[in-house]
Amino acid sequence: MEKRVVFRSAWLPYALVAPQIAVTLVFFFWPAAQAVYYSFLLQDAFGLNTQFVGLRNFTDLFTDSHYLDSFKVTALFSVVVAASGIAVSLLLATMADRVVRGAFAYKTLLIWPYAVAPAIAGVLWAFLFAPSIGIITYFLRRFGVDWNWIIDGDQAMLLVVIAATWKQISYNFLFFLAGLQSIPRSLIEAAAIDGATPTRRFWTIIFPLLSPTTFFLLVVNIVYAFFDTFGVIDATTQGGPAGATQILVYKVYYDGVKAADLGSSSAQSVILMFIVVALTVVQFRFVERKVQY
Amino acid sequence: MMRKSFVAAIALLAWCAGAAHAQTEIQWWHSMGGALGDKVNELAAKFNASQSAYKVVPVFKGSYPESMTAAIAAFRAGNAPHILQVFEVGTATMMAAKGAVVPVAKIMKDADEPFNPKAYLPTVAGYYTDSRGNMLSFPFNSSTVVFYVNKDAFKKAGLDPNKAPRTWKELLAAAEKLKAAGQQCVYTTGWPAWMHIENFSAWHNVPIGTRENGMAGTDTEFRINSPLHVRHLTMLGDMAKKGLFTYAGRTNQAEAKFASGECAMLTSSTGAQANIRRSAKFDWSVNFIPYHDHVPGAPQNSIIGGASLWVMGGKTNNAYKGVAKFFSFLSKPEVQMDWHTSTGYVPITMAAYALTRKSGFYDKNPGADVAIKQLTYKPPTANSKGLRFGNYVQGREVIEEEMEGVFAGKKDAKSALDEAVKRGNEILRKFQAANKG
Repeated sequence: MEKRVVFRSAWLPYALVAPQIAVTLVFFFWPAAQAVYYSFLLQDAFGLNTQFVGLRNFTDLFTDSHYLDSFKVTALFSVVVAASGIAVSLLLATMADRVVRGAFAYKTLLIWPYAVAPAIAGVLWAFLFAPSIGIITYFLRRFGVDWNWIIDGDQAMLLVVIAATWKQISYNFLFFLAGLQSIPRSLIEAAAIDGATPTRRFWTIIFPLLSPTTFFLLVVNIVYAFFDTFGVIDATTQGGPAGATQILVYKVYYDGVKAADLGSSSAQSVILMFIVVALTVVQFRFVERKVQY
Repeated sequence: MMRKSFVAAIALLAWCAGAAHAQTEIQWWHSMGGALGDKVNELAAKFNASQSAYKVVPVFKGSYPESMTAAIAAFRAGNAPHILQVFEVGTATMMAAKGAVVPVAKIMKDADEPFNPKAYLPTVAGYYTDSRGNMLSFPFNSSTVVFYVNKDAFKKAGLDPNKAPRTWKELLAAAEKLKAAGQQCVYTTGWPAWMHIENFSAWHNVPIGTRENGMAGTDTEFRINSPLHVRHLTMLGDMAKKGLFTYAGRTNQAEAKFASGECAMLTSSTGAQANIRRSAKFDWSVNFIPYHDHVPGAPQNSIIGGASLWVMGGKTNNAYKGVAKFFSFLSKPEVQMDWHTSTGYVPITMAAYALTRKSGFYDKNPGADVAIKQLTYKPPTANSKGLRFGNYVQGREVIEEEMEGVFAGKKDAKSALDEAVKRGNEILRKFQAANKG
């Protein structure tokens, strides 16, 4: 039996969605349209001189090897952040799901980092890993590791990946835990009686049943790595050293806000818009097929 | 109760409006945080107390790039401040914005305030003067890069603590000894591009770019891949490899490493002195930055950093009169001396320098006059009077990115500098195209 509310009024449904549409228009479509408009212009910082330059901002970008490098950096960064974020939180969630005593305390502690603002998370990790005064640096030095992300690009990347992932683990954890708790106990017990080992039970029963959650988190985490990690990067490496952690969204900010080059910055956000649309399409068309609802 | 407070609020508003009528407010956006910010407020308060027609209101707007961004946004929205403090790398951008700013020389002339650009140090005035000799912005806080030495570390390594290295050759020799004596971080630098490209070029009298380092026109190109530049950066790369040079970051992070005693030698801003004086638990000295002795004519003079005050366009004549009066106040030798001695920035007028010398400040604080001596070491040439590159916030970042490649051992100096020139020139061309109107 299907429950469906039917509106008899002709205008009421529109009136009800109107606020949402208004918000979307003002905060999404209008800025997006402006970005597209500015991406064809060349302007000085104060906007006193405006010229239409066609696609020049775009061709400049695609002939700039550093912009292309930024793509590679972003790809690496978002794949690692999404993958490790999902893997670690899945592990934690399966563990927390089994805990009987003190489960509430564990769960609370694991959820906590989500309340931390990205910039603060960045600063925290930057302090821990600070090249001369960081406490982790101090221990690493004891083990003979020369830790200095100010100059070592790989270490800088590792730092922002850790900070960005740590921040997202709580969010993923919440969803995985909810997903785990909705899996019927009887299924797992039946498998156990049939002699399936915990590992086998996980891969053949739990993991497939969690796949809608995992898929949802994959989409959310990729978007997170693309956009929301801005604060983490700004608070730690600011894209350095030598562009090793300059992800696309950071470059948009840097060129637009700090370097006052609105044309190029807008062109970059237009490109970014296309990438996100493409990624979402790919995810829904190809990855979603493997999901069992 | 409600009504009473409402009436009170209205009365207060009316009173404020009345006060605003009598006094013309002058908004001043600046980037001087902490102790420097207190000093800025003190300057404004002193000026406000000295007359009653104008009221200067200083507003802290965050770091240099932040306040500049804020002012640009405010200008686009039609409510820019009267006075804006802009750091030296933003100079070309401001100069090109013809309708957005009013030249200081014009402000002073229109208000009949006495103003003589010759009163300023040539390296300071030149930086903010256009090719026709008009001073466009008012020099406020100027610094330069100097060389700090930890004398205790020198003593420990068996070096003469009173003889700081004068050349890079001497610095290398001292560095080897310090390293051998167990010094973990031997030499570090703040502001890598400002020190090792901009000041390095001026100090050796070689161009940073064509067209008098961009001061003669926007059709300028970078020249920082000369054999001398390559040689210097190669040396730094080698030092980094041998553990004689520790890279600390693009801004002033290196200063803390010196002040804590971790690093024995530092090149960074004169502005670091206040902090080092407060936290260093060792004996230290301020010296001229090292030079390469095979370069004929070196050392020349160093160039400034810091910021100047720009007057934004579209305000009333009366307000501009107030701005002119405020600038006259700031130019007074005693005001300048107070600013110089309490902040560590260099005195920007000759009169203020003479007054400070007469007061005996330099005898009590050895090293406080190293910066100004270095800035005025020789009369500035086309290569050493300053630089003016469009979008240099971006340009400097490109140079620093390439330098980092060398310090990390990923690139050789030649290809890094070639790449910096190539990418830098693209930025310059874009600026030229955007501002050709």
